[in-house]
Amino acid sequence: MLAFIIYKLIICVAVFGLSLAVAAYSTLWERKLSALLQDRVGPDRAGPFGLLQPLADGGKMFFKEEIIPNVSNKFLFILGPSLVMLTALMTGAVIPWAKDAYVGGKLYSMQITDINIGILYLFGVVSVGVYGIMIGGWASNNKYALLGSMRASSQMISYEIAMGIAVIALIITSGGTLSLREIVEQQDAGFANIVWQPLGFIIFFVCALAETNRAPFDLPECEAELVGGYHTEYSSMKLGLFLFAEYINMFISSAVMAAFYFGGYNFPFAQELYDAMGLADGSKWIALIGFGAYFTKIFLFISVFMWIRWTLPRFRYDQLMNLGWRILLPLSLLNLAITVVVEFFRGHITF
Amino acid sequence: MQLTNRSKVVSNKVQTAMEQLYLPGILKGMLITGSHLFKRRATVKYPEETRPVAAVYRGWHVLKRDENGAERCTACGLCAVACPAEAITMESAERKKGEEGLYREEKYAKVYEINMLRCIFCGLCEEACPKEAIFLTDRLVDTEYEREDFVYGKSKLTEKVDKRIDVSKRQTLEVAEFKKLPGLKHNEMWDSKKIDKGNKH
Repeated sequence: MLAFIIYKLIICVAVFGLSLAVAAYSTLWERKLSALLQDRVGPDRAGPFGLLQPLADGGKMFFKEEIIPNVSNKFLFILGPSLVMLTALMTGAVIPWAKDAYVGGKLYSMQITDINIGILYLFGVVSVGVYGIMIGGWASNNKYALLGSMRASSQMISYEIAMGIAVIALIITSGGTLSLREIVEQQDAGFANIVWQPLGFIIFFVCALAETNRAPFDLPECEAELVGGYHTEYSSMKLGLFLFAEYINMFISSAVMAAFYFGGYNFPFAQELYDAMGLADGSKWIALIGFGAYFTKIFLFISVFMWIRWTLPRFRYDQLMNLGWRILLPLSLLNLAITVVVEFFRGHITF
Repeated sequence: MQLTNRSKVVSNKVQTAMEQLYLPGILKGMLITGSHLFKRRATVKYPEETRPVAAVYRGWHVLKRDENGAERCTACGLCAVACPAEAITMESAERKKGEEGLYREEKYAKVYEINMLRCIFCGLCEEACPKEAIFLTDRLVDTEYEREDFVYGKSKLTEKVDKRIDVSKRQTLEVAEFKKLPGLKHNEMWDSKKIDKGNKH
């Protein structure tokens, strides 16, 4: 029992640390990539290649003056960013990071928990994240913050519908499982889900951009109209938490996309490679290589997120709603219908 | 009525189905930004590397010393007169006994200031100088926090004895010969002073 608790504790802390580290270095990579896309060099002064820049940024955030507006509800004001950060970090719990591996003669799962409703959990936690932004914007007692949080909540709720329907199609393709581990595992045997769900992937990707409030859907915090959107009144590390949660969300949604549509820790000819290397099932090296493959995919997704941000201008709000309700929703329904037909002929569903 | 031929007919054409898809357009845009990943960086990492400048670049002035290390400037004020931006100001003083190693002539500049915010780096001060004392160099003027700090005194202008600044590119033989030509303002003044001196004595 104690060994189990220690193992769970270790993997929890590992995923927690991983999320934070990746988010921190995403900020650096975002600045670096934006610079590269604009023919600049980017931050390169703090440490070699600017590798200490996230630490410097974090330190700056900590030393800034902490301002809590007099007219704000202090409890809710602090609750907002905490909730956003909490939900962002909680999503990492159901993601399978690598194949099971034997450590000291015992088989360990490289996932915090493999619950059979993983996808529902993911969606549940992500939609609680809206409350953090909503509460933060409301508690600020500032019209810009309120408008920003209103935009955020209506945008996230709108896009969650199309996203959910795209995921239903995915679940049908995966044979009706809601467990992320099983979805990833069954892509090992056949093709990655992207082959069966190209339209579903595009819908999911666009919705993921909107869910993480990334450009071109960054209306909740658009500097041009709303000062800072829902975090206008925030300063110091509370602002840092909001910004940081965005990067964690980006990391997690990249991980989810890689798991849903690109086979997670699997990659083409993986089994052949392991056989050639003479690795038995449950080897630590298989877990490590799979983890590396998974991370490569995540990194590519994060880079594409950033690439899009530094390419496209922001949507207008009516265009955003138009896209969500009148294009993505019918498209996702169409995708669902096509999936049902295709899966009927593939034999995954019967009547 | 058409006033100019610059007017354009406003086009409110409806998007084609392909354009309404957005995705091809977005991909095209991303390829454009993506192609910039492989382009040359425009950044010059300044303190480590500098932009190449012409050999006769006119930057931060230097007050030269002669071969013995004595200041060449005699505070005649011709540079200040020549300066179109009125950036130069100076105060002269008389050389005391024992200071021969410090100052070349009997009169020297006690204070010599150039306001780098006023200076237009035209090089007329250098042209006016009869003592070959002031030159413009290829060094860039530093950045400062306060406007007052841009008024450079002798400490920033005079070259160090042990760290001479090479101005040979701006002080070529041709330039030296040119400065001796009759008809140049300071040559004429010098000549007329000589004549005056001759008349007095």
